[in-house]
Amino acid sequence: MRNARLLVRALGDPASVRACDWAGLISAARAEQLIGSLAFRMEGQAVPPRVAAIFEAARRDSAQARTQALWEAEMAHRALAPLGLPIILMKGTAFHAAGLDASVGRSVGDLDIMVPHDSLDAVEAALIGAGWEHVKDAQGYDDEYYRRWMHELPPLIHRTRDRMIDVHHTILPLTARPRPDAQAMIAASVELENGLRILCPADIVVHAAAHLFADGNLAGGLRNLWDIDRLLREFAAQPGFWASLGECARLHQIGPHVGRALRLSHRLYGTPVDKAVAGRARLTDLLFEMRLLARNGWGQEKAKALRFAFYVRSHWLRMPPLMLARHLWVKARS
Amino acid sequence: MKHRLSIQIGPVAFRIGSAWAQPLDALARLYAAYPEPEDGICDFTVRLEAEKPWRRYFRPSVAIRGDYILPDAAPLSLAHGLLAAEMGMNLQMALGQKRYLLLHAATVEKNGRALIMTGESGAGKSTLAALLGERGWRLMGDEFALLDMDSGMLLPFPRAVSLKNGAIAVMEAQVAPGRFGPRLEGTPKGDIRHMRPNRNALSRMGEGAMPALILFPRFGAAQAVRSVGAAEIFMRLTQASTNYVSLGRRGFDSLTRLIANNPALAIDYPDTDSAIGLVDDFWRELAA
Repeated sequence: MRNARLLVRALGDPASVRACDWAGLISAARAEQLIGSLAFRMEGQAVPPRVAAIFEAARRDSAQARTQALWEAEMAHRALAPLGLPIILMKGTAFHAAGLDASVGRSVGDLDIMVPHDSLDAVEAALIGAGWEHVKDAQGYDDEYYRRWMHELPPLIHRTRDRMIDVHHTILPLTARPRPDAQAMIAASVELENGLRILCPADIVVHAAAHLFADGNLAGGLRNLWDIDRLLREFAAQPGFWASLGECARLHQIGPHVGRALRLSHRLYGTPVDKAVAGRARLTDLLFEMRLLARNGWGQEKAKALRFAFYVRSHWLRMPPLMLARHLWVKARS
Repeated sequence: MKHRLSIQIGPVAFRIGSAWAQPLDALARLYAAYPEPEDGICDFTVRLEAEKPWRRYFRPSVAIRGDYILPDAAPLSLAHGLLAAEMGMNLQMALGQKRYLLLHAATVEKNGRALIMTGESGAGKSTLAALLGERGWRLMGDEFALLDMDSGMLLPFPRAVSLKNGAIAVMEAQVAPGRFGPRLEGTPKGDIRHMRPNRNALSRMGEGAMPALILFPRFGAAQAVRSVGAAEIFMRLTQASTNYVSLGRRGFDSLTRLIANNPALAIDYPDTDSAIGLVDDFWRELAA
C-alpha cells in the first residue's frame, strides 16, 4: 500500500474490498483515526477471522469513546449551566450528542464547545472553578497569542479526568481572511433534548470545511473529510439543505472552502453533492487529494515535500505576512 | 519498510518494520522458534525509524513508532535496537490491545490452572516466572496477562523474557546459552538480556488456562505471607491494567469475576528459592 487509496475505497465501498493488504489497511486506518469508522463500515462483510476480531474490538472501543465524550460534555454542561448561556457542542462530541451518522465509529479527542465571545471570561472562570486547568503557561507569548488572535481560549485540561476542552468563540482565527459571523451561527444553533446545543446542519458543514481547508495543514484530513461525507449524505435528505448550505457558506465567507470540501468528498468517497455549491473542479483539487492520501500501509507519512507545502500554507492562511514573520521570530527564539 | 519481520506470540501477531537490518536480525534470532502468523495478517504494526532523516546513518537513533505511539518516548541507540523492537511491541499491547483485559503481570500454569503474579517493576515477577518456567511450570508470559473477558480464561503471551541486571546471571546459570539474546548494557533500565521461553511454553502458546491464584510478590524483605482482601486486590489490579478503564463495563465485570473466583496473597521473599518454595506449597494446598 503506497498511499491511503485502499482505506478510502474501503470506507466508500466496503463490498469492493476482498483479498487485500489487510495489515496495511488496518495500520493506515489507525494512523488516520479511522479504525472505528472502518470497523462499522465493514460490519457484515466477509473478512478473515483476525480482521473481524480487530474490527469487533474497534467497534466496542468506539462505544466506550462515545460514552466518555458524552460524559465530558455533561461535565462541562454542569460547570457552565449556572451562567445561563447557550453552550454549543462542536465536531465529534456534537455528532455523538445528536446521534448523527457521522458519529458511527467516530473517535473523539478533545471536547470542543462554542460560547458567545463576551462570555469567555465567565466561562473560563467557571471551568477553572470546576477542576479544569491551563495546559500551557498562563502567561507569556502563547497565552497572549491565543487570547488576542485565536478563535478559542488556550486549551484547558481537567485535573482528574485528564481530558481537554477547547472553548471556541468563532470557527477561524481572527487573523484568517474569512470573517465568519459567529453571532449568526449561535442564533441559528439547535437545542438538543438535554439543553446543550449544536450548530444548524449547514453550519456544521461550514465549520467542518473551514476547519479542514481554511485552517491547519490537513493532518488527519481523511477523517475530517469522512465526517463531511457522512454529514452531507444525511443532511441532503432535508428539503432546502443545499440552498441553505450555499447561503451559510457565503454568509461566513467560507464559500470556496465549502466548494472544495464537496468536490473532494465526491472525488474520494463518492458523495452525491450539489453542483452549484461544489463549483467547478480546480487543478489544485489534485494536490489536496494527494496530500490527503499521503500515508502508506505502514502508517507512515509520505510525500514529505507536499506535506511541508501544506504546512507552509497553513501558516500563510493563518496570518498576514508581517505578523507571520514576527510569530516565527518569537517562536525561533523560544 | 526496508526490513520486515512478522511474529505470532500467543493470540497476537506483530509485524515489525525497520530502517536498519540489525534490530530485526537480532529479533529473528531471539524469536527463531516462533510461528509466523498463519493468515499473514497482523494485529499490530511496529516501526523502528530514524528519529530524524539524517539520524539513520549519522549516530543512528531508533525511534519507536507504530500503530500506537507515545509522543514523548525517547529514542534508543542502534546497539539497543532489539530492546526498541521489544518496547515497540509492548507499547502496541499497552495502548492498543482491547480484545483482552490486559494485566501487567507474569503468568505460569501447572495442571491446567494458572498462577498470576503482579507487582511493581522490580518486585521480581519476571524472574520468578522465568524460574518457575524451568521447574515444571509452563511459562505463559512474563509481562502481560491476557484475560479473555467472555470465558474468564488467561491466554498465553510468551514473548521473550526481559531479564534485568541481577536476574541475568540467575537465569544464565540454569538455561542453555542458545536461548539468550545479546546482553544489552547501559539501557535506560540498566543491563538487559532477553531469554526465549522453553519449547513447552512455545509449543503450547495457543492453549489458555483458567486462573487459580493471584500473588503479589515483593522481593527483598524477610519471608512473610499475608492474605489480601477483595477491595485491595481490585485496586491493585486496576492499577496493573493498561486498558481497564477503556474496556468500560466489560472490563469491570471480568475483573470482579476474576477476583471473586480466586484467592490472593501478598508474599515477601528474601531470595528466589524461598519464593519458589512458597509457590509450590500454595499450589499443593490448592490442589488438596
